Amino acid sequence: MKFAAKKLASLALTMLIVTAMTFLAFSLISGDPASTMLGTNAAPEQVEALRDELGLNKPVHQRYFEWIKGFFTGDLGNSYKYRNQSVTSLIAPRLGVTLELSALSFVLIILISLPLGVIAAGAKSRFYSVFRSALNRLCMAVPSFFIGLLVTWIFGITLKWFSHGAFVPWSVSPAASLLYLFYPAVCIAVPRIAMTVNMLSSTVEAELKKDYARTVRSRGAGSSRLLFVHILKNSLTPIVTFLGQTAAEIIAASVVIEQVFVVPGLGRFLVSSISYRDYPVVEAIVVLLALWVVLASTAADLINFGVDPRLRRGAKG
Amino acid sequence: MKRKAFAMLLSFLVLAAMLASCAGPKGGADEIVFGIAQDLDDDLDPHKMISAGTKEIMFNVFEGLLKPTTEGELVPAVCESYSVSEDRLSYTFILREGVKFHNGAEVKSDDVVYSILRCRDEGLVPAFAIISGVEKKDDKTVVIALSEPSVEFATYLTAAIIPADYEMQSTQPVGTGPFKFVSRVAQDNIVLERFDDYWGEKAGVAKVTLKIIENADSLVLSLQSGSVDIASHLTAQQVAQLGDGFRAETDTMKLVQALYLNNAVKPFDDIRVRRALSYAIDKHEIIDVVFGGYGSPIGSSMYPAFAKYYVPELTDYYMHDVEKAKSLLSEAGYPNGFSMTITVPSNYQPHIDTATVIVNQLKAVGVTAEIKLVEWASWLEDVYGNRDFESTVVGFDAAQMTARALLERFTSTHKRNFINYSSETYDALFAKAMITYDDAEQTEIYKQMERELTENAANVYIQDLADLVALRKGLTGVRFYPIDVIDLSGLHFES
Repeated sequence: MKFAAKKLASLALTMLIVTAMTFLAFSLISGDPASTMLGTNAAPEQVEALRDELGLNKPVHQRYFEWIKGFFTGDLGNSYKYRNQSVTSLIAPRLGVTLELSALSFVLIILISLPLGVIAAGAKSRFYSVFRSALNRLCMAVPSFFIGLLVTWIFGITLKWFSHGAFVPWSVSPAASLLYLFYPAVCIAVPRIAMTVNMLSSTVEAELKKDYARTVRSRGAGSSRLLFVHILKNSLTPIVTFLGQTAAEIIAASVVIEQVFVVPGLGRFLVSSISYRDYPVVEAIVVLLALWVVLASTAADLINFGVDPRLRRGAKG
Repeated sequence: MKRKAFAMLLSFLVLAAMLASCAGPKGGADEIVFGIAQDLDDDLDPHKMISAGTKEIMFNVFEGLLKPTTEGELVPAVCESYSVSEDRLSYTFILREGVKFHNGAEVKSDDVVYSILRCRDEGLVPAFAIISGVEKKDDKTVVIALSEPSVEFATYLTAAIIPADYEMQSTQPVGTGPFKFVSRVAQDNIVLERFDDYWGEKAGVAKVTLKIIENADSLVLSLQSGSVDIASHLTAQQVAQLGDGFRAETDTMKLVQALYLNNAVKPFDDIRVRRALSYAIDKHEIIDVVFGGYGSPIGSSMYPAFAKYYVPELTDYYMHDVEKAKSLLSEAGYPNGFSMTITVPSNYQPHIDTATVIVNQLKAVGVTAEIKLVEWASWLEDVYGNRDFESTVVGFDAAQMTARALLERFTSTHKRNFINYSSETYDALFAKAMITYDDAEQTEIYKQMERELTENAANVYIQDLADLVALRKGLTGVRFYPIDVIDLSGLHFES
């Protein structure tokens, strides 16, 4: 209970700081939503009238408090760019798309890196370990957007396995939707799989050197039983924490990848909203992202609590 | 176990790839997907649309009493014919038979009266302020009376005719054009369909989906992989990437691209410095190096597509001449050159590339230029709004089919005279143009204004950029206009 209260308090504080920083950042950088929307052919009077209408002539702290008030009453206001649409109605479908993409990426990361990492730690061949670390470095070093271009070029244009830009929403066809998102998910997953494998294999290698591993082996357990049952269980805590961080990073990576693959998600919407100076939308997305990061680390903590009795005892005492 | 896990992993990947390869084909041959770089305005009301990107698309949905042709002439659209009284104070319009709105209703005089008065009364078309009255003679005849004559009045009659008292224009626009608006999803797509009751030549395809793809690389990828059929405003490099499956048609952007100089700050307040820069910068080299030879060089605030107002001999008024530039700089007191900043919006690569070449060319005359990249939103506020800049590379377009749209902004008191150009001669010429009612005479005055800008080296004029349209092979029928519009109605698949 105490744990939950502590988490909630830290969540609230994080949100408050993040939203205030965003407001402050926008008041410091130049660029005005009204003139951005109206462009070069509008008269200054038109720009001023729109500024008034959007409430931009009020001081920044007043706008912030009004926004906070709206947030707690469930009213995030209307978008500046799409003035007929509420922020909530604009963001909801995009949140769904990004969650779908993130979940798919996360599943790929776990499915591929867990077995690979453990196998890699057990492998003894020198050639294999050199090959592994070279491949690893390469995967980690290549930026996601480049992998995006590469994947599109190979699978979209040369092999024609998918049609770049032809995203299908979940509501139309879940299967087609997942199939399209498979490719961007791979691009998000590849560098993170490399990192997870790296992290996992060094953890497992360290565990293998411990006394209990030798004891288990001397009791006659086969090497795969040793690896996947005993060692993996004992390496779980750092892995779960690491995966919690990875889940948070996936969202950041999706900002770039959504643009490359023309996926109508939260990340792409965030980028265009920033360029339009559409503050209400940016604020709402920033809150969601902060929430996501906090939730991912909380989930990791909770899982560790469940698997590691030492942590539970520590919390009670 | 090791091998088993690896085999499982491999089969998972193969399965995923196989499933993915079953992705279905796209729509029929009577539909096209048009890639555009930014979403339309939120408000689709034709009288309230502001951005060029919105107007160029909604050109297909709306029509005025008159509409422009590809040659830059104005021809009757919603009206069948019109006559002007001898004193030029009264315009009589006979409406065309059988013109229908997208909602099925026939266009009547009431709709025309409503549309014109709405534009005037709500200040939506400032040029309509001189309308003293709009009168319905009968169901098909409307008379517009002016308080003073104006040569340019007809230009503004392209303002859309919309159904009287229809409240949903902003979200569900209804016009008389060859395409009707169907739906839109913010930041994703806009769907238009052929209007089968259109009075003129029917559109060549049944459905056009305008897909928003902000990232330039992604747009090229979508074209290549087949989900987009056509895109405009492409650069020569992008088109070169597309390969065999595409055909490109070349137009110009209808922009005046220049190194705009803040005439009020040192050293650009000195005409000798501005002239020196004009001699130092070689626009032909810029076009060759950055744009692969595509692009029309210009020498004043007018582009060749506006043939009526264009003065060709101004293009090479300042022939590239490093020595002349150096001696002008010495004369102005800068024998060793000076340092300057070129502010460039970061969202448009051609402007950035142009500025990069300019930096090199200026080095040859001893001027050290530094490029400062800013976001478009910042550019609008700092450079355009607050005039806080030394020089900038951008392009300006004409909102209307008249020279005024490009030239008025440099009159000294104009609120958008962001370069702080100040010339009494220029102001006087503009004032004279406004009260000249003979078209030929007025055109001559506008040309004189262009000469003024060139001789005073108000800016270093560069070019009207090439605008390449890429079409999937088999798709044809692109039409180009002297103003920035995208005419979708001619597009069709060759049978």
